[in-house]
Amino acid sequence: MTTPAPSPAPAPRRGKATAAVIAVVFVALVGLLFYGVLVSDRADREALPSPLIGKPAPEFSLPVLHEAGRLVSSRELHGQPYLLNVWGSWCPGCRIEHPVIARFAETKRLRVIGYNWKDEHADALRWLEQFGNPYWLVLVDYDGRKAIDWGIYGAPETFLVDADGIVRWKHVGPVDDAVIANELGPVLDAIGVPR
Amino acid sequence: MLAELGQTAALLALLTALLQAVLPLAGAQAAADPARARFATAAMAVARPAAYAQLVLVLFAYVVLTIAFVQQDFSLRYVSDNSNSLLPLVYRYTAVWGAHEGSLLLWALMLSVWNAAVALWSKPLPEVVVARVLGVIGLVAIGFLSFMLFTSNPFERLLLVPVEGHDLNPLLQDPGMIIHPPMLYVGYIGFVVPFAFAIAALLDGNVDARWLRWTRPWTNVAWGFLTIGIALGSWWAYYELGWGGWWFWDPVENASFMPWLAGAALIHSQAATEKRGSFAGWTLLLAIATFSLSLLGAFLVRSGVLTSVHSFAADPSRGLFILAFLAAVVGGALLLYVLRAPRLPEGRAFAATSRETLLLVNNLLLAAACAMVLLGTLYPLLADALDLGKVSVGPPYFGTLFVLLMAPLVLLVPFGPLTRWQQEQASRPLAMLLPWLGLALLLGVVAWFMAPQGKLKAAAGVAAATWVLLGTLRFVWTRLRAQGRAFTPEMLGMTLAHVGIAVFLAGALLVEALNVQREVAMRPGDMVEIGRHTFRFDGVERVQGPNYVADRGLVQAFRDDRPLELLHPEKRAYASGGQVMTDAGIHAGVFADVFAALGESLGNEAWAVRLQVKPFVRWIWAGAFLMALGGFVTATDRRFRRVTQDRA
Repeated sequence: MTTPAPSPAPAPRRGKATAAVIAVVFVALVGLLFYGVLVSDRADREALPSPLIGKPAPEFSLPVLHEAGRLVSSRELHGQPYLLNVWGSWCPGCRIEHPVIARFAETKRLRVIGYNWKDEHADALRWLEQFGNPYWLVLVDYDGRKAIDWGIYGAPETFLVDADGIVRWKHVGPVDDAVIANELGPVLDAIGVPR
Repeated sequence: MLAELGQTAALLALLTALLQAVLPLAGAQAAADPARARFATAAMAVARPAAYAQLVLVLFAYVVLTIAFVQQDFSLRYVSDNSNSLLPLVYRYTAVWGAHEGSLLLWALMLSVWNAAVALWSKPLPEVVVARVLGVIGLVAIGFLSFMLFTSNPFERLLLVPVEGHDLNPLLQDPGMIIHPPMLYVGYIGFVVPFAFAIAALLDGNVDARWLRWTRPWTNVAWGFLTIGIALGSWWAYYELGWGGWWFWDPVENASFMPWLAGAALIHSQAATEKRGSFAGWTLLLAIATFSLSLLGAFLVRSGVLTSVHSFAADPSRGLFILAFLAAVVGGALLLYVLRAPRLPEGRAFAATSRETLLLVNNLLLAAACAMVLLGTLYPLLADALDLGKVSVGPPYFGTLFVLLMAPLVLLVPFGPLTRWQQEQASRPLAMLLPWLGLALLLGVVAWFMAPQGKLKAAAGVAAATWVLLGTLRFVWTRLRAQGRAFTPEMLGMTLAHVGIAVFLAGALLVEALNVQREVAMRPGDMVEIGRHTFRFDGVERVQGPNYVADRGLVQAFRDDRPLELLHPEKRAYASGGQVMTDAGIHAGVFADVFAALGESLGNEAWAVRLQVKPFVRWIWAGAFLMALGGFVTATDRRFRRVTQDRA
């Protein structure tokens, strides 16, 4: 821009303000969408290094979805590895990954435990009834307080915890067959889970 | 061989679009210069024939793809990915738009239909305006056709021809899906006409009320189709996803809702600009925004940027292409707007209490709602980009803000038609409407005491619906009583659409308030009672469909102990892919839907069954159809076609 010419009427100034607002909104939107496109194909799009990897899983004692009154603690789960799948009936991504989780659970390589997060009891039951229940056990964290310890900030997320209670692997976002084959598979082999 | 012809036709259509864009636009620029008048006339004359040729070519390509599906030509990748030999014939026709590539071809077809329609019905407009409008539509067609041909070609051959194809997504094998996408696309792409008009007006530097009058029916028709498309999608989700909900604030639903909101605002601001010359600049900006939001919707669905049940497979090359296209169209339009809009003439002044002010408030509220939906839809992406962590924005955000923004609008709806242009005594419309407001509030209070549950929503629903209905009828009454003043189709359309709002409000709020839902385990012979309704479970039978096997539940519904209907909720397992779909059994009624969905088998002949009674749920879609009808009826007003003479 050159030096502003003395403007006789207020109209051009109003025009400039409008132009500035339009330009800012437009550039911000295009920039944001461009960023979205760039990250849309990254396999690890949702992956953020979890500080939990290699560390013991947080201690918890959580109610069980299908059995009112029963609490399951992290200690009870030790001894064998398990896959912890965070989901909620409100979460579209969970519906997408659900068949993948179900197929994986059928291989019976290890226990798949559901972690029902920030959900309503009836909705969660209905969701499983509707789409099938692949879980060995479903833990419930309705207010999401325990989820903070796990560093969960979205659903779906999936954690692999080994027999000693150490978090070995984490995936953020829907799991697909490629993730299971290329990411989870090698870790399971490495910690010696039989095929 | 046939597929190659289809491909060639699509390529020729692209070249035609190029001609249609370049020559008429250049001709229109040259028209002002007498020395180049011959070139200008010749170049502008290309516009109409090019538009017709494009329709023929794209239609040919579309027919070729349809034939490939009907004859099951699995040598085409798109056909083998989206159909198999078990697919029933009717779904072979609809599979054409079942996935990304073919649905783009459908977009292109719809665009060329609008294009040809503009060419056909633009006779009263000056040649320069026609050339510019068709030129801009040609530019948009270039974008769509090259997007299809260069990144998502439906005519691509497979080197190894498979014996059997995959299958059409089972979610889409449904009668509702047959018409939902075409309606939606007609609406989306129809906003290209007001957009092209806005660009033509900006190039010309003048918003002529006569041309604007010509554009109004196009906006109304496009918006009407979009309304039907959205309503069908909602209806489909209601019975096919098996949840009994009708709106989910899913990113893709939002993508269609944003242009709808902007289009609703545009319909109103166009009326003000045409009749009073008020806020011409805003109307043009809104026309640009509405079409841009349609394109943004296409981008969000097809780029894989946001995840949703609806989204097509992610492919960054497609995402980049359509983003570049979006940025070029929207950026170019906005740049033109910024350069030219300040020069537009100011409209006639108006007082704070006038119909102009009310329309302005309407526009501000609709635009704010649209911005709110846009922000909520993109917020997860924004949070990701700014490293704020992963966020999901759900119904609590959208629902709350939407109700807050729409409540004042609902209050103001009946005032609009009763308030005079330019200057009004606030007491006049108030005096006309206060009794009806009082009656509506009274009925709301009655509803509060009568509703067995959800008292607040029931009261709000009854009060709001009665208020909008009676307030609108008050206008009809005034108008009919006034001697010698016609009740025009434009007014009838407005009345229908506003009554549609009332019907919609009643449906949406009452079903939220009074919906009853039970999840129960049932064995054959078990009965469950919900209010006046009783359900008897008669067991489950195995049914073989053309390309699926289903467990079909038999649930006999009774109302007041009289048999109503034997419901057949199904769980279908499709032969290919093993996807399981639920299909709810619904008895539709004017005052309540009775709804049964089948869950898991619990062993020992027992099944989990979800039973619902949903009062007034049909009114939601009935209201939407009334709104759409209002758009269509308005468009039939003959006043819009008298462009050459001044208003009579």
